[in-house]
Formats: sequence, C-alpha cells, structure tokens
Amino acid sequence: MRKKNSLQRGYFLYLLPGLIGFTLVILLPFCITLLASFTKWNGVNPPHWIGLANYDKAIHDLKFWAAFRNNLIMILAMTIAPTILGLFISTVLFDYISRKFSPSLALFFKAALYIPQVLPVAIAGVVWKWILNPNWGSLNTTLNAIGLGNLASNWLGDATTALPTVMVIMVWFQIGYPLIIFMAALQRVDQEILEAAEIDGANWLQKFLHVTIPQIRPEIYVVIVTTTIYSLKIFGQIYVLTRGGPGTATIVPSYYTYQALFEQANVGYGSTIATVMTLIIFVLTYFFIRLQVKQEG
Amino acid sequence: MNQAKPISFDYKKYIALLLFILLVLVTLYPILVIGLNAFKSPQDYASHGPLSIPQGLYLDGLKNFWDRTSFTGKLLNSAEISIIVAVLGVILSLFNAYALGIGKIKGRAFLLVLFLLGNFIPQEALVYPIYYLAKLVHLYDSKLAVIFVFIVIQSSFGTYLLSSVFSGFQKEFIEAAVIDGANKLQVLFRIIFPISLPTLMVLFVFYFIWTWNEFFLPLILLVSSSKQTVPIAIATLQGQHNMDVTTSSASALLGILPCLIFFALFQRTLTRGITTGSLK
Repeated sequence: MRKKNSLQRGYFLYLLPGLIGFTLVILLPFCITLLASFTKWNGVNPPHWIGLANYDKAIHDLKFWAAFRNNLIMILAMTIAPTILGLFISTVLFDYISRKFSPSLALFFKAALYIPQVLPVAIAGVVWKWILNPNWGSLNTTLNAIGLGNLASNWLGDATTALPTVMVIMVWFQIGYPLIIFMAALQRVDQEILEAAEIDGANWLQKFLHVTIPQIRPEIYVVIVTTTIYSLKIFGQIYVLTRGGPGTATIVPSYYTYQALFEQANVGYGSTIATVMTLIIFVLTYFFIRLQVKQEG
Repeated sequence: MNQAKPISFDYKKYIALLLFILLVLVTLYPILVIGLNAFKSPQDYASHGPLSIPQGLYLDGLKNFWDRTSFTGKLLNSAEISIIVAVLGVILSLFNAYALGIGKIKGRAFLLVLFLLGNFIPQEALVYPIYYLAKLVHLYDSKLAVIFVFIVIQSSFGTYLLSSVFSGFQKEFIEAAVIDGANKLQVLFRIIFPISLPTLMVLFVFYFIWTWNEFFLPLILLVSSSKQTVPIAIATLQGQHNMDVTTSSASALLGILPCLIFFALFQRTLTRGITTGSLK
C-alpha cells in the first residue's frame, strides 16, 4: 500500500511543468480577464471596479448584439452547410466513386477538397480579398468579360453582400474537415445491414437516412460541436477580409473584442465580450464531454 | 452486386465524375488563380485579365515582395517558432498524459476537463493578460513569449488525446518493467514512448502546422518586422497602396506554398490524426 502511494507521488512530478504552464498561460490570464470585465480599465491607469456595468452596457450595445447575431448566422456557413455537404460528398465518394472508379480516386478527391483547411486563415483571406477586389479582382473582371458585368459588385465593401460573401468563403474553408471525419466514419458502417436494406427494397436515400446516418451519428455530433465552437473564434478571416465592416455588417465577437482591447483601449469592456464568448464555449464544451462519455460508455 | 449487372454504358458514373472534377476545380480555383497571376507583369494583367496564361515568366513580383519583406527572415521565424513549439509541445503532452493516463493521479478527471477547457478556451479571453504580463517581464515583442504560450496552448489538445490513449494500455506491461527495477523515467522512454510514437508523430505534425498558421496572438505579441511570422507579414502588408496587383498575388502565393508542401509531405498523418482526434 505504501509503495502504491509513493508511485502516485512520483507521477505528479511529470504533471508539474504542464500545470505551471497551464496556470501561467491559461488559468491566470483567464482569471484576470474575468476580473477585468468588472472594471473600467484602459490598461495604463489602475483598474477601477464598476461591478456589472460593462455587462449592462453590453445588453444595450447594438454592436454587441450584431456581433453575436452575425456569429449565429455564421454557424450556418461553418457548421450546418459543411456538415450537410460533407455528409453528402463523403457518402458519394465512399459508396459510388470508390466503387465505380477506384478507391484511390476517391482519396484524391478527398485530399483536394481538404486543401483549404491547411492554409493559414489569414492568407486564405488575402487570397479571397485579391479575387474579390472591386476594381481589378478576378471575379469582377471575369464577370465583365463574359457579359455579366451587371452582376459585378463590391462584394466585401457593400453592407448587403459582405456577410453572405464571407459566409461563402467560410463554407469553402470548412468543407474539408467534416469530409475527412465522415469518410473515416463510413468505414465503420455495417455493410451487411446496408445489403439487407437493399434486398428489402430500400433506395439510396432511404439507406442513407435510416442506416448510414444513425451509425455515424457520434461523428456528426463531434463535427457539429467542434465547428460551432470554432465559429466563435474566427478572427484572422475577418481581420483580413472586412475588419468587421462595412459598419457592423460582418462584426463578430472575436473581432469586437480585439477592437475594444487594442484599438479603443477599453480593456474592461473587451474583457466582458471575451468572458461572454468563453461562457458560451464552456457550455458547448459541456455537451462535447457528454458526447465523449456517451461514446465510451 | 454491381458487377452482376449486365454490361452497358453507365453514363451516370461519368456525370458523377465530371461533377467531382468541377467541385475540385471550384475548391482549388483561388489557389490556381493566385498561382497563375503571381508570374504576370502588372501590364500583362491589365491587358489580358486574371484568367489568361502569362505572356512570359515574370518573376519581379515575387522577387520584389521577397526583398521588401525580407521573406527569408519571416520563413525562418515561422520555422523556428513552429519547430520548437511542436517538439516541446509533444514532450509536455507526453509528460502530462503519463501522469494522467498511466499514473492515474488523484483528481485525474478534473484535471482532464481542465486541459480540455484549455483546448477550447478562446484566445480572446487570454490575450490581454498575456500581452500585459509579457510586457511586465520584458518578453513583449519576443519570439520566446510566443513559443512559451503556444507550447502550453497546443499541448492541452495532446494531453487530452494521449491520456485517453494511455488509459487503454495494458497495466501488466508497466508493472513487469517496474518489478524488473525500471524507474518511471525509464518506463516512460523505453516502453510508453516507443508504443505511442505514431500518435506522437501525428501530434508533432499538428502542432507544427497549427503554430505555423496561428494569427491572433502573434499579431499582438510580435510587433517588430524582424520577428514576425509569414502569415502576419503577408496579412499586414495587404492594402498598402504601393503594392501592385500581381505583386499582391505573388505575396499570397508565397504564403500558401509552404503549407502546400507540408500538406504533400504529411497528408496521411494529418488525415489519420484528425480522425483519431475527433473520437478519442
């Protein structure tokens, strides 16, 4: 018994560097942000405790709501569309292309569609901004060249097209992630059940909805939770593409936090937005843990 | 079952093939168009537009951008930060997971949740205090601060992943080694390390690419040009008026190329890693 205790103590030593790092880089900074959210602080003078005033301000701040509303809309582009498209594309690749042509062709398509995911978000943003430039960008130039010049517009600079344009870019960016996860998940699907369903006269869509989807449900949940969390963290794309504008058309919580902290030196209010983001993410993480536990149990 | 059907021309499968080729072209269009225009002169672009084949190989755009940003330095900064973070991040994850997954020390479940939260916590909620504290200890605008911060942030993912891999290990293995007189460090490096090497490789590749692609914290912490990484240099130079169309395209190409090379090198590791990471 004593030996076991000393063994346990020995292991703690290995956790020590990790715990010190975690405390310095994550725990302490987060606690400071949390405290700062109850203060008025410009980062230079001593912070001044103001209780819940920043939260009260947020409730009445139209830009704050615009940021979270845009984020909710962004979930459409970063979670819902990629999940549905990813399910469809991966099934066709796995069930059809792979069989009718060859598995290596399916793998090639998968790899090609995954490429946007390995690019730095900021550089992918630079690429799109280049294409979408209203004066010389390749999209407008091409539209003009093929006689569709009236469709050309200031994609990112116009308040009506900015958010939809960013959303299309985000779908492009995200699609590879669910694709890879679902392709791996599909290998688990029981082929015998699929064949039995086929003998019973089920068509492709019925097999997809009633056999395939229920069997890869864990992966679908994981994709939905992780991409929703990720959608709250898009900073680089917005920084490069629109800086949240025009007006508040593409403002997101992450970029609004940055503006408050570093452009307006309103550290208290920036910390408040960051704290609200964190709370939402923690709630989502709770669901993520529940899912993991369910899968293991 | 499909083979049993009578042989006839299956036009449907070629339509599917065509649709996929189209989808891939649409996906890669931004990269292709950037690649095409990086080698054009501004005059060529002005007269022939973005979709024409370059009239000649024009390398001045690439060269100008490279010289103006001292791009070699940016590449070296990115490589230095990413490699150190990847190596030390893997080691830190291994140590953490050794204590949590094998050692099963007290409060293990709580600590695992803590690391998971560390993995998901938005950097927006950490950035100001990190910036403030870095200034306090004179590590603002230093690569060391960025390296330290990312070792910790990245390793929370690996800690979580490796701990669950380790908790499935056969206990007898380790107990036998302990009876043979091996101490904990020997068990870690002679038994655990070799068995988990494939997972550690996956983590290494991930940490490297994640760190290479990081934007938010390096943007805040590294202000002087000589310390900046590739994504920061390229993103902050956009919108400068003295940059012409094709130079701008060349700059984007230079940002993309290293990532495409990593992707070509590590494609299998990456895809394998994403799938294990999602479910374990």
